[in-house]
Amino acid sequence: MKQLASNEKVLMKGNEALAEAAIQAGCRHFFGYPITPQTEVAAYMAKRMPKIGGTYLQAESEVAAINMVYGAAAAGVRAMTSSSSPGISLKTEGISYLAGADLPALIVNVQRGSPGLGGIQPSQADYWQATKAPGHGDLHILVFAPSTIQEMVDMVFDAFELADTYRMPAMILADGMLGQMMEPISFPEKQVKQFDKFSWASCGHQGKRSHNVVNSLYLKPEQLEQMIQDRFQRYAEIQEKHTQWEEYLVEDADLVVVAYGATSRIVRSAINTARNQDYKVGMIRPKTLWPYPTKAIQQAAQHVKGFLSVEMSMGQMVDDVRLAVNGKVPVSFFGHTGGVVPTPAEVLAEIKKLLGGNQ
Amino acid sequence: MAVVYQRPKALVDIPTHYCPGCTHGIIHKLVAETIDELAIEGRTIGIAPVGCAVMAYDYFACDMVEAAHGRAPAIATGIKRSLPDSVVFTYQGDGDLAAIGTAETVHSATRGENITIIFVNNGIYGMTGGQMAPTTLPGMVTQTTPYGRDVSTAGFPVRVCEMLSTLSGVAYAERVAVNNVPNIRKAKAAIKKAFTCQIEKKGFSIVEILSTCPTNWGLTPLEALKWLEENMIPYYPLGVYADRTEKGVRGE
Amino acid sequence: MKNILLAGFGGQGVLFAGKIMATAGLFEDQYVSWLPSYGPEMRGGTANCSVCLSEEPIGSPLVLEPDVLVVMNLPSYDKFIDAVVPGGIAIIDSSLVNKRCERTDIKCFYVPATQLADEKGLKGLSNIILLGKTLRETQFAQSETVERAIEKCVPPRKQNLVQANLEAFRLGMSQQD
Repeated sequence: MKQLASNEKVLMKGNEALAEAAIQAGCRHFFGYPITPQTEVAAYMAKRMPKIGGTYLQAESEVAAINMVYGAAAAGVRAMTSSSSPGISLKTEGISYLAGADLPALIVNVQRGSPGLGGIQPSQADYWQATKAPGHGDLHILVFAPSTIQEMVDMVFDAFELADTYRMPAMILADGMLGQMMEPISFPEKQVKQFDKFSWASCGHQGKRSHNVVNSLYLKPEQLEQMIQDRFQRYAEIQEKHTQWEEYLVEDADLVVVAYGATSRIVRSAINTARNQDYKVGMIRPKTLWPYPTKAIQQAAQHVKGFLSVEMSMGQMVDDVRLAVNGKVPVSFFGHTGGVVPTPAEVLAEIKKLLGGNQ
Repeated sequence: MAVVYQRPKALVDIPTHYCPGCTHGIIHKLVAETIDELAIEGRTIGIAPVGCAVMAYDYFACDMVEAAHGRAPAIATGIKRSLPDSVVFTYQGDGDLAAIGTAETVHSATRGENITIIFVNNGIYGMTGGQMAPTTLPGMVTQTTPYGRDVSTAGFPVRVCEMLSTLSGVAYAERVAVNNVPNIRKAKAAIKKAFTCQIEKKGFSIVEILSTCPTNWGLTPLEALKWLEENMIPYYPLGVYADRTEKGVRGE
Repeated sequence: MKNILLAGFGGQGVLFAGKIMATAGLFEDQYVSWLPSYGPEMRGGTANCSVCLSEEPIGSPLVLEPDVLVVMNLPSYDKFIDAVVPGGIAIIDSSLVNKRCERTDIKCFYVPATQLADEKGLKGLSNIILLGKTLRETQFAQSETVERAIEKCVPPRKQNLVQANLEAFRLGMSQQD
């Protein structure tokens, strides 16, 4: 397989583009386990890693895979795993440990229908899990929500860099549609920032420093609390500096639709049609789900008459919209669960229903 | 005056938290002596388990990583694959290795990972206060087998070395005990052989060490050593269960 | 803007034909997307894929109401023929679909693609014959671009099949109604 030149536009499946982006971002250690609809990530890595001196390892379970990532991250290298919803549940143990030990790593969730085995079609029903409880304990992970394959590629670079900068896990929260679809993309011509991890990683002290311990256990409650408080200070800085979102036709909008990922594409189509019919509707599209663009929504709440959250779930992100809006204006929800993708026509009908005579 | 005995350099000079009479101290020392003798401390990374040895990360002077319960072999795999020239060992108890971490143990073994597992088998969950372990003997009383382990409901103890010896990725598997001086010397030799096997990239190595838990067995340290000899060794015979160290598991 | 839906049995190459369309769109600097259905069946089950070609960024890549429908079997015909937008086009493999569409608000083209492929020694390339016919009726790209896309999409280890694919494509292009 030839090395792709930067800026050359190629048609690639989301899962494969994501894998190639990770390699170009300097990741040489991938630990995975097959699950639909993300298996092409693993297959791509299996093909590429041996040719570039990297590691592809098919673990015995998602539990083992995330712990292999934990080991590689503890040793100071860029490492990642990918899975889909049921598999992510198994990884939550390891994600909590990664957060507790301040280890950077990338976790990809190509979401499918849930709960249980659920289904294999696209879904966004892991929002709560990703943003509220990606593992036990007081913790956050960075959560990126791409809406196009190009954005997914770009976010892989961002995710690794921010994970290393703040020493914490990052997640790409995609879905089966983004994983399976193809779009033209180009890989960014980007110098990958190098991080010197010798001072904290357990990579062998070489007689040059005292021994490092990578650990999440603090038996003294005051010490544990201090660790967590320090971490939350970093979280606050991230919220301040690294919250990402897109505003689309929000300025004069009476109604703002909040949507992320694949769903935001459908919403955009609906908004374009609605605008042609003189409905004043716009969109706030969170690109990071943690940190969440609370302030952008608060600001819009000053001048709009209402919000509508559209999701492929029974309504999860709508909670965060309501928290941001804080009762100022009504917040509605429209969505379908995994596999049943909302159509632009349905979203348009919902917009018209809410705006009614506001046309 | 000639020094005839001293603390190995690979052990940090602090008191451990282990109970009086516990054999973890002996096993720590044997591992540390091995690291010293092979002069590998600077490139060794140890992985501590969940269990009594959880704080082993404070005692070994090499770089250390603390694992989630049972996951040490997966973490060791991640480290070894990232740093192939490092020396990676896990230090695990019976619940960690043979119950919650069985999958990680078996699969790191069958992959022939170049790692070394120090497996401390004392037939009981020590840290949580003496519950049944996968290696608790039939009839043995623990907090969760108050009438003795009944094999009709709790099943049979796992013989780890026997089980792993059937896997082609295992270069070296030996069971030893630390109940008396000759056995301690054999244990040391086994540990050193296991580390050497890893350094020479021969494949997966494990040393199972029969150990005591006077506190949770409800015995004095001396009685515990005797109990180990009379009860543990007959069920878990000592010896080498796999030795593919000459050619290595991949025949290289 | 063209929303194309290709549907048939797994193994008939609907995903591949869709990929060629998307690649041709890419070569002509259109916005394109390609989205397959995916399911537990590897072979024989129904398969379809959505292709969008547009001058504007693509919203939903899922084509539920196609401008152009390419169908390669009866179940897909039954499932999707009513979804074609008024004024739309359906390209139908008439060797495998033994029905005639009664809708008058869409244009249907019947090509015995499977039979043609067998007769002309192009077995397994009925999908590419239909691709040729689709281009003829919709002009979704220049024919030279589609030929370049075919060359690009045939994997390197199957380069010997490029000629047969081009032949099948040209055969499809030459099909009068």
